[in-house]
Amino acid sequence: MEQHEAQKNEYNIIGTRPIRHDGEDKVTGRAQYGADISFPDQLYGKVLRSPHAHARILSIDTSKALAMPGVRAVTTAEDLPRLKDRMVAGEAGAENIRYVTERVLASDKALFEGHPIAAVAATDPWIAEEAVKAIEVKYEVLTAVTEVRDAMKDDTPPLHGELTTETLGEKSKKATNIVRHTRHKRGDPDKGFAEADLVIEREFETKTVHQGYIEPHNATALYRSDGQITLWTSTQAPFWVRRDLAELFDIPLSRIKVVPMEIGGGFGGKIAVYLEPLAILLSKKSGRPVKMIMTREEVFYASGPASGTVTRIKIGVKKDGTITAATAWMAYEAGAFPSNWAMVGSMCVLACYRLENLQIDAYDVLTNTSKVMAYRAPSSPQAMFGVESIIDEIAIKLDMDPLELRLKNAVQEGDRRADGPKFHRIGLKETIRAAMESEHYKSPLPSGANRSRGVASGFWFNAGMQSSATVGINMDGTANVTTGSVDIGGSRASMAIMAAEALGLTAEQVRPIVADTDSIGYTDVTGGSRTTFATGYAVYEACQDVIRQLKTRVAKLWDVQEDKVEWGDGAFHHVDNGKSPMSVGDLGPKLEATGGPVMGHGTVNPKGVGAGFGIHIADIEVDPDTGKVTILRYTAVQDVGQAIHPAYVEGQMQGGATQGIGWALNEEYIRDAEGRMLNPGFLDYRVPTALDVPDIETILVEVPNPGHPYGVRGVGETPIVPPMGTIHNAIARAIGLRMRSLPMSPPKVLHEILQRGQTVEAAAPVTS
Amino acid sequence: MSTNRMVSTTINGEDMALIIDDRMTLLDALRDRAGLTGTKEGCLSGDCGACSVIMNDRVVDSCLVMAAEAEGAAIVTVEGLADGTELHPLQRRFLEQAALQCGICTPGFLVTAKSLLDRNNNPSAAEIRLWLAGNLCRCTGYDKIIRAVEGASADLRAAKG
Repeated sequence: MEQHEAQKNEYNIIGTRPIRHDGEDKVTGRAQYGADISFPDQLYGKVLRSPHAHARILSIDTSKALAMPGVRAVTTAEDLPRLKDRMVAGEAGAENIRYVTERVLASDKALFEGHPIAAVAATDPWIAEEAVKAIEVKYEVLTAVTEVRDAMKDDTPPLHGELTTETLGEKSKKATNIVRHTRHKRGDPDKGFAEADLVIEREFETKTVHQGYIEPHNATALYRSDGQITLWTSTQAPFWVRRDLAELFDIPLSRIKVVPMEIGGGFGGKIAVYLEPLAILLSKKSGRPVKMIMTREEVFYASGPASGTVTRIKIGVKKDGTITAATAWMAYEAGAFPSNWAMVGSMCVLACYRLENLQIDAYDVLTNTSKVMAYRAPSSPQAMFGVESIIDEIAIKLDMDPLELRLKNAVQEGDRRADGPKFHRIGLKETIRAAMESEHYKSPLPSGANRSRGVASGFWFNAGMQSSATVGINMDGTANVTTGSVDIGGSRASMAIMAAEALGLTAEQVRPIVADTDSIGYTDVTGGSRTTFATGYAVYEACQDVIRQLKTRVAKLWDVQEDKVEWGDGAFHHVDNGKSPMSVGDLGPKLEATGGPVMGHGTVNPKGVGAGFGIHIADIEVDPDTGKVTILRYTAVQDVGQAIHPAYVEGQMQGGATQGIGWALNEEYIRDAEGRMLNPGFLDYRVPTALDVPDIETILVEVPNPGHPYGVRGVGETPIVPPMGTIHNAIARAIGLRMRSLPMSPPKVLHEILQRGQTVEAAAPVTS
Repeated sequence: MSTNRMVSTTINGEDMALIIDDRMTLLDALRDRAGLTGTKEGCLSGDCGACSVIMNDRVVDSCLVMAAEAEGAAIVTVEGLADGTELHPLQRRFLEQAALQCGICTPGFLVTAKSLLDRNNNPSAAEIRLWLAGNLCRCTGYDKIIRAVEGASADLRAAKG
């Protein structure tokens, strides 16, 4: 299999593939995930959830549950402070604390299936389950609206009576389900379309999908009688959990300690609080630690999946392939509470293309579904799916190579994204060229009936945000590196590699540590493809601080002025070469005698984020009798910046591609007319298995990001974006069928094959 | 209501007597009674394979086996793969090939792959994929897991000479 190594670089440790430091614990079963922590006197908490997607809560009677032997506490919305309207920081912009409170425990209305109504703590999980069933709730069932098209209609009753639409900063007069209308406009799209030789406009839809992390949400809380709270949980963002809890309970941050356990996958879905406040309320009432774990069904019903969407994309081109204008209209399912994902999608939808004339209108729409949260490059896959389909259609109509067409219109440094920001150094063009030159793309098309090849591009802007790190030098010259970034897929190793590079050590001489919120400075989420970039930057800064301090010690040891000491090639040198160089290892034993311990600090909020672009190539076969699509060969090409640990970079690309393949071919929330999910388990919500995907070949294009001392740009999210378009375009070229609707599952593809009758677009192979 | 009973079983080669609740699954008993939390819960419906253990030489989803059924059984969990300080070739290869990211599915994959290699120390990539199709991994895309199992099978063959 073709796997391009990172190009030779100037680094010693960066670009190597050491064994991850937390690996041994994870292959022996010793690693402590959230569900693995227990206390002798712990209680088990369970949640009563609304069976209705939309219902008024008329009464809640917990008396029978409370009277059951073994039940120690029951909690409802009455136990949460009723806070006034106040905007607080949320995972994708500010949100009203009143809605956060309402989401955690419903008071007057259940707004989605699985909405928590009450929670119980008991001495064993079976008693807790029985007690949940003993709680009597009277509901008045209301009409549920789960599709954005329905929710946007004028005559659909608004979910929240008071919520109005914000359009370009202005509030509407009438209550509505449209949270926000975001618009970006540049140039004159009408004029652009008039100048085009070919204009294609199409509508696309995608369904609600789930991140599908294998570890269910969990939380164990201890509320002490002095009001101090400790929480052990599986989260991507311990400091955000602490913030959300402080806001919800209206208490100081300093009363809460969040201990991030090892995390069994998140992909954006483990950022918001769900069980955490319930476990705290139950612990407060019972005086004992309370452990709660979601079932898989609860994860599907009541965590934060990704939006179902409807988009309408229009693109105009000249005969030579130059794009003259593009517009995008997009509506995103927000779930039952205001969120910002359509706005985020508007930052991505047209980002791959240089455009003088564009308009984007994006709508966040309330529905009776669990509040949508981040899912890997959140909002970009749904947005770019339609664009990439039309680009492919244009390539066929103009008889152009689809990568050549993309290259002709690709953004580069200095171009502006639709929403304003100017791109720094980016590698889209290099990535497209690498794809064109790949063995896969140059190889003949797969021979055989109903087979073809598709390509598509993907974009994610990547994030910066705040991180803290400390680096302590041990007395033997090894180092401990502590950060606040949860390690979700190998970041301990990348932190150790960067510290080793900076300090002239080996990766094995560095011990990377993920600290709790009491033990390290504020650090934002592990997400947004920011960890290796921003937390790595903080580690780099902490190492520079160490080097500054050590320089003083070397000067003291050499009895020279500090300006005579230089750091380079992993050691301190005398500028006049009068002394033998001293490494960090040499200095460790000398710290005590030269002034005491050395500890470096790094805190950052870096702005030089490098955006990520990728191209995927897929060879597929469609079975015309069943509608099943089989992937024969798959290659992911991406500008990854400087790859710190190439094996985990490849892993991000392979994993992201596979999630995208699942989204493209199978995954969807299937709901009945009452808004209830019919497939809340891994049997019926079918994520890809080892049999559903081929080897995922990776080509790492390394265009260093000048905004990072080691050229890092985010990697993890971009690779989930291209698969939908890639497979869609491959299907279109294989059998002349453009689905324009995800997932392209066997029944849907077969239905279209049977329906299409005579109006078939000519199947066109990719030229290469 | 609940009834407790004692189950005598062999776990990773050691005889154990566990007091269990009749409602417990084997997964519960391993985690909450034997203290072996390496076996993970992902779905409680036998769909994800995170709780895979070997029971009497067969891979089972321990969430679908009642604890009481473990009476007299020989069980191997992820904690039983290493030989003292020596990692099993699968464990070593998973580390070397970066075949894990979050690691929650890893114990199940290791146990399932071990049962394959116990039967067939030279499986094809297609056989490996088929054998592992009952274990879900959401992080890696499976590629590096397949490579790691191939590597471990080569190691085992080489060790046999």
